[in-house]
Amino acid sequence: MGMAPTSTVFRDETFRDDFTFKNSPETVLRAPFPFDQDEYMYSVNMELHEAGEKGTAFEKPFDVDEHYVAEMRDRALVLEEDPMRCQSLPHMTLAGWDTLELLMENLSESYPEWFVLTRDGNNWHWINRPLDIDQKFVFGDESTLPYGPMEYITRQVQGDFAILDERDDNLWMDAGMVTTQADWSLDFDIGMNFMEWHAPVPLAHEKGIFKRALKYLMSIQQGNPARRLNWTMTVNPRLDTSPENYHQWGVENTQVTADNVADKLFLRIELQTLWRLPRSNAILFPIRCYLLSMRDISTVPKWAKRFHRVLKTLPPQLSEYKGLDNYRQTAVDYLLQFDDGGETTLGTAPE
Amino acid sequence: MSANNMIDVVVTQVVEVNELVKRFHFSRPDGLALPAFSGGSHIIVEMSDGEHVRKSPYSLMSSPLDTSDYQISIRRDDEGRGGSLYMHREVRPGMSMRISAPANLFPINNRSTKHLMIAGGIGITPFIAQTAQLLATGGDFELHYGARTTELASYVDELRASIGRRLHAYIGENIDFDDLLSRQPAGTHLYVCGPEPMIELVLAKAAENGWPKGHIHFEHFAKAPPGEPFTAYLSKSNKSIQVGKDQSLLEAMEEAGVDAPYLCRGGACGQCETTVVEAEGKILHGDYWLDDEEKAAGNKIMPCVSRFCGSNLVIER
Ligand code: FES
Repeated sequence: MGMAPTSTVFRDETFRDDFTFKNSPETVLRAPFPFDQDEYMYSVNMELHEAGEKGTAFEKPFDVDEHYVAEMRDRALVLEEDPMRCQSLPHMTLAGWDTLELLMENLSESYPEWFVLTRDGNNWHWINRPLDIDQKFVFGDESTLPYGPMEYITRQVQGDFAILDERDDNLWMDAGMVTTQADWSLDFDIGMNFMEWHAPVPLAHEKGIFKRALKYLMSIQQGNPARRLNWTMTVNPRLDTSPENYHQWGVENTQVTADNVADKLFLRIELQTLWRLPRSNAILFPIRCYLLSMRDISTVPKWAKRFHRVLKTLPPQLSEYKGLDNYRQTAVDYLLQFDDGGETTLGTAPE
Repeated sequence: MSANNMIDVVVTQVVEVNELVKRFHFSRPDGLALPAFSGGSHIIVEMSDGEHVRKSPYSLMSSPLDTSDYQISIRRDDEGRGGSLYMHREVRPGMSMRISAPANLFPINNRSTKHLMIAGGIGITPFIAQTAQLLATGGDFELHYGARTTELASYVDELRASIGRRLHAYIGENIDFDDLLSRQPAGTHLYVCGPEPMIELVLAKAAENGWPKGHIHFEHFAKAPPGEPFTAYLSKSNKSIQVGKDQSLLEAMEEAGVDAPYLCRGGACGQCETTVVEAEGKILHGDYWLDDEEKAAGNKIMPCVSRFCGSNLVIER
């Protein structure tokens, strides 16, 4: 099942219009399936982001897969239409350099055949082969890059990125690159603190979950990143389901039928990681998105059974909050054929 | 979450700064750069002293712009648990040691327009790193540094050379905090590090002068004090442990193989907070985290610095 990165071919595909996005069977099996039991409970469930097993999305600190090149193309399209998807308040430039360094170091270490970083003091040389980039620049000198440091590097890494400044015993979302979000808006949240941008989650506030989560986040230390998984569902393999574009994708929510559900409806998994940045003391919060169609899920017997049960027993408030009400029953009906009622093993692994 | 981000280092230099203070330089054995950090960060230094492992926090004083080595300065404390004595007596150039990656509980507020820094004694060390950082980024600051004697005013000459007139040294003199705090432009942030009475005085004066709470930052590492040995029962791990007189409860848990969370190891960050299930006796709170009410209630203990005196202590760990 292990997939050597060298054998990966970057797919030529789209996340809009004709939606040619598709997972290879290997990519399905390495997805970070988020349910470790048959019933879903909201929890903060954070753990250390340690190197995972080969052939999983956790194998490397920043996962690059067959969708890399196409996702970066989609990001460029989003930014062309709406440059406000990338913002950085003036005091966050240093955090941008921290981010650039962290990502370049990790990518070049994890995938030396694709990414090469050479450093001579502050004179850096970055090669990104899949995107055909060869850039010499001076670390710390914005004028030597075509974009600010955060924008420059996050145009080359899958997943959204928020950078949280820590001050006044709180975390503030003061910079970000957000083009693949599940219905939230950087333009709306920029400059907000942790409690403010989490306010709309039901069931969570009263349990003191966020207070504990905030304390945990602020304890994230350099060299000790953490991670958690979140999930929702998306109709069509659309990365950019932003509130700004609701007029484009909102109507698709009502288009799921028994006939098209297998290929039109997707489980959208978010792998969220948290990194303390060294110079700025800010926290980098990458949110990496994985899409699995209902058909993809049906190819993994354990996941199909489990997802059937999770969807069936999901509390109504959560179903509504995640916006699943239009198609939840259709998905449950489809998945029923793969659920023989037998026991599932604990844990998230395919089997 | 406890730290598993320890780094192997070599002691490259030990410099006697004055009769009480020594400076230690650490580098990586492979000669590569150490992790970048921000001014105000501390590291935890692991000391294997006989059969016990002691871990103590020290502020990094070297420039965040130069990560080829890390520097800390330690004042000898003849009354303490022996961490500083160990560093002063045993640590020599060439020795291998382990330190944690830097963590910052005393960061510069990157949005403020002016930084007013007040240091007392060895509390100068985080400011040496912060002023180096601000010199590079062009931030506006003043550093007011009080010390009892010229000999104890460590690094005054170095600072005068690096930051010039932005250094205000008060040797054997009192700082007029009222005057200082009342004439700052709006938006200034205040940073204090030094002995506890000085911190308390500055905080009180800042409150009197109407400083907003969010603009006041202070760092004081409580020292884990030595004390009478005691026994603690860890309810989740189902273990009974002995805490020696020169050991903290946190260190004793670690020695017993229990993974206990921490960050500052100085009673300030709140990470090690532990629920007290039963206590027949008195908890000797030594932290700055719990408020007076919580301390009186006795349901919580901070194992990095607090101790116990009594017949039975059960904590949830
Ligand atoms: S470790 Fe910070 S308060 Fe104990």
